Amino acid sequence: MAADSYEDVVKNKESIPALEVAPQDLYHAKSFWTKYIFCQDAKVIGIQYGLTAVAIGLVGLVSSWLMRMQIAFPGLIPMDAAQYYQLVTMHGMIMVVYLLTALFLGGFGNYLIPLMVGARDMVFPYVNMVSFWVFFLAVIILASSYFVPGGPTGAGWTLYPPQAITSGTPGGDGLGIVLMLVSLAVFVIGFTMGGLNYVITVLQARTRGMTLMRLPLTVWGIFTATVLALFAFPALFVAGIMMTLDNMLGTSFFMPAIIQFGEKLTHEGGSPILFQHLFWFFGHPEVYIVALPAFGIVSDLISVHARKNIFGYRMMVWAIVIIGGLSFVVWAHHMYVAGMNPWFGFFFATTTLIIAVPTAIKVYNWVLTLWRGNIKLTLPMLFSIAFIITFVNGGLTGLFLGNVAVDVPLSDTYFVVAHFHMVMGIAPVLVILGSVYHWFPLITGRFLNERLGKIHFWVTFIGSYSIYFPMHYLGFMGVTRRYFEVFEGEAFTYSITGINQFITVAALVTGAAQFLFIYNIIVSSKFGKKAGKNPWKACSLEWRTKDVPPTHGNFDKELPVVYRWAYDYSVPGADEDYITQDTPPSAVANARAEQT
Amino acid sequence: MEESSSSVQVVIPPKESFAKEWSSDQKAFKGVPWGKAMMWIFLVSDTFVFSIFLISYMTVRFSTKNEWPNPSEVFGLHVGQANVPLLLIAIMTFILITSSGTMALAVKYGYEKNRKMCGYLMLATAVLGASFVGMQAFEWTKLIMEGVRPWSNPFGAPQFGAIFFMITGFHGTHVTIGVIFLFIMTYKVFRGHFDTGKRGFFTSQKSDYEAIEIMGLYWHFVDLVWVFIFAFFYLW
Repeated sequence: MAADSYEDVVKNKESIPALEVAPQDLYHAKSFWTKYIFCQDAKVIGIQYGLTAVAIGLVGLVSSWLMRMQIAFPGLIPMDAAQYYQLVTMHGMIMVVYLLTALFLGGFGNYLIPLMVGARDMVFPYVNMVSFWVFFLAVIILASSYFVPGGPTGAGWTLYPPQAITSGTPGGDGLGIVLMLVSLAVFVIGFTMGGLNYVITVLQARTRGMTLMRLPLTVWGIFTATVLALFAFPALFVAGIMMTLDNMLGTSFFMPAIIQFGEKLTHEGGSPILFQHLFWFFGHPEVYIVALPAFGIVSDLISVHARKNIFGYRMMVWAIVIIGGLSFVVWAHHMYVAGMNPWFGFFFATTTLIIAVPTAIKVYNWVLTLWRGNIKLTLPMLFSIAFIITFVNGGLTGLFLGNVAVDVPLSDTYFVVAHFHMVMGIAPVLVILGSVYHWFPLITGRFLNERLGKIHFWVTFIGSYSIYFPMHYLGFMGVTRRYFEVFEGEAFTYSITGINQFITVAALVTGAAQFLFIYNIIVSSKFGKKAGKNPWKACSLEWRTKDVPPTHGNFDKELPVVYRWAYDYSVPGADEDYITQDTPPSAVANARAEQT
Repeated sequence: MEESSSSVQVVIPPKESFAKEWSSDQKAFKGVPWGKAMMWIFLVSDTFVFSIFLISYMTVRFSTKNEWPNPSEVFGLHVGQANVPLLLIAIMTFILITSSGTMALAVKYGYEKNRKMCGYLMLATAVLGASFVGMQAFEWTKLIMEGVRPWSNPFGAPQFGAIFFMITGFHGTHVTIGVIFLFIMTYKVFRGHFDTGKRGFFTSQKSDYEAIEIMGLYWHFVDLVWVFIFAFFYLW
């Protein structure tokens, strides 16, 4: 059997390309343990990842409540400075690494990649299963640091040495910092196992007809983010190992000569700046590891719910790839005030501002997709629109902070807090929430409750703006972040206490709305309105499974064959306003869809 | 097993240009098995790990105030009356690179389904690797006897010992993992698992001789990393 080349397929639209991927040999679980606990089905693993991430994420949410209480109403909840710093640290690390990264890549990646590329499972289901359990172990190690003497580390989520491992910092001379570093190293190992799976599934296990340029943007986002993670996490891993050695064995990788309480410590000759470089070599790609899946997913949500093809698909793909590449050469813009050579600042400011170009392309394309679309204000669409607005807001403040001269006075103020929460906190979370509303009918076969969802959306959207808009003002006034107590004084032109109390109330309400969301999920998974097959009339393959919710092996006896991209909405001449990816051209002969 | 799919013939398309292969469907790397592609990506990721170790080493070497010890003296051996610099390291390097050769031959015989030759060469690779780890243990012991510790050493900058134990330790761990898998593979080759396609104990996937090549990729990578460690740490 001669292999048809890609060109032949394009010319002869009906022909099916020769099969290059051998049928996957799946292990079908027989017992409860292999079906639900040590399960090799990517969909179950995705849900396991999601639930674990949300569970530890709730710890991060409650941490932020307690922090806000201390800032606005000091004394109401008794805590000392050390506990406050522990809350700050754990909130940051949990939210960035254990919630967002794990949820986007481990959760959505596992669930959606095999379905969307038309594969039966990830390429190595066993490794995938181990990946989750190693991640679970990392979460357990992290959570255990709450229960050791001295408590978890309070070094700030950036864990800068020398303060992170000296006494005086909460958890610095106890087990807190060690458990944090070990947990991160374990996380990296677990993630690498999963990440290799995601990358190879996208590159080597697509179904027939599924070219890279026909992939839904969700897959492109998660795929690129996974590649970033595979190349960025090593820096965190190595930095974690070296700091553990500094702490446990008394080496001096990051520790210069220090005099503490009049006594010279045994360390000498290390480079604290080295840690910052390593941390941000991981830390900046990490921002895009969280953002790129959100970019991809939101593109799909907008396209489906505006019944219009995504504007500039190729541009969107290349923008994702270019952002991913650039994210490796901007890391030191987090270190303008760290005492590095000022010429570096100039270089990194330039590369940082260049990122504005591909990101702006993406924003324009989202807006142009909406333009004259048949916009359905469903919950996923509401969250998507909210994402675009929030991302633009957060992105614009990024321009302030990317410039050295403007950044220096704004460093370590609430302006920075507002910026990164807008751009990599609220914006991706809005996408997560929107995509849960979107894919819940696929995962459970039922819709989430719309009325509760609307309440959830408006409280979350208005609430998060109530939290973070005032923070920009606080930052401009020079209120520094990470302060246990904020003093009123002549430095501030008007009362900041009022603003802080307003923010705290908004944070409590917004957080509470998330519990409403969780309640909605629990109740709707049992009693929600039945959704049936493909309730959103989407084109991509995840809705074309044999059963809804999809079972192990995803598709019917034959894998679907793909003839078009994932965005054939409202095609002129077609009977329906969408043409699924596996619809052969002969079935929609009247449609004037371009060959993609 | 999907019975209906197994009747469909799987083809490997002819070689095309890079752009054509990447814009085609199903596979970006044509004819490359999943495991092999996965190992390659893993090795790129692992390259970042070792690069960062080496870059950190160079940074710390510049940041420390104390003088950096002279590696050819520290790593010298007394042979008879003479002091031979880097003798042990030279032997270790020779052994590791030799093991790369035996590994490459094992891959060749594996694909020729020459079970015996493949097995013997795998065994040779494993033994060479194990002797490398053994010599590294000897080197560690020698230096520890001379008073080198992660936090200090009698020769100069305390970072010298820290870097030495960390980087050679991390590389040694890689070699050890490799040796363990080499022995497992050798066993599987001699038992004929790759000929019969016996299913893996954990993964339940069929064994195939391509596993030897994937093992080989990892082994050559570990050797290559050693060359860089040798150049940047021992020779510089």
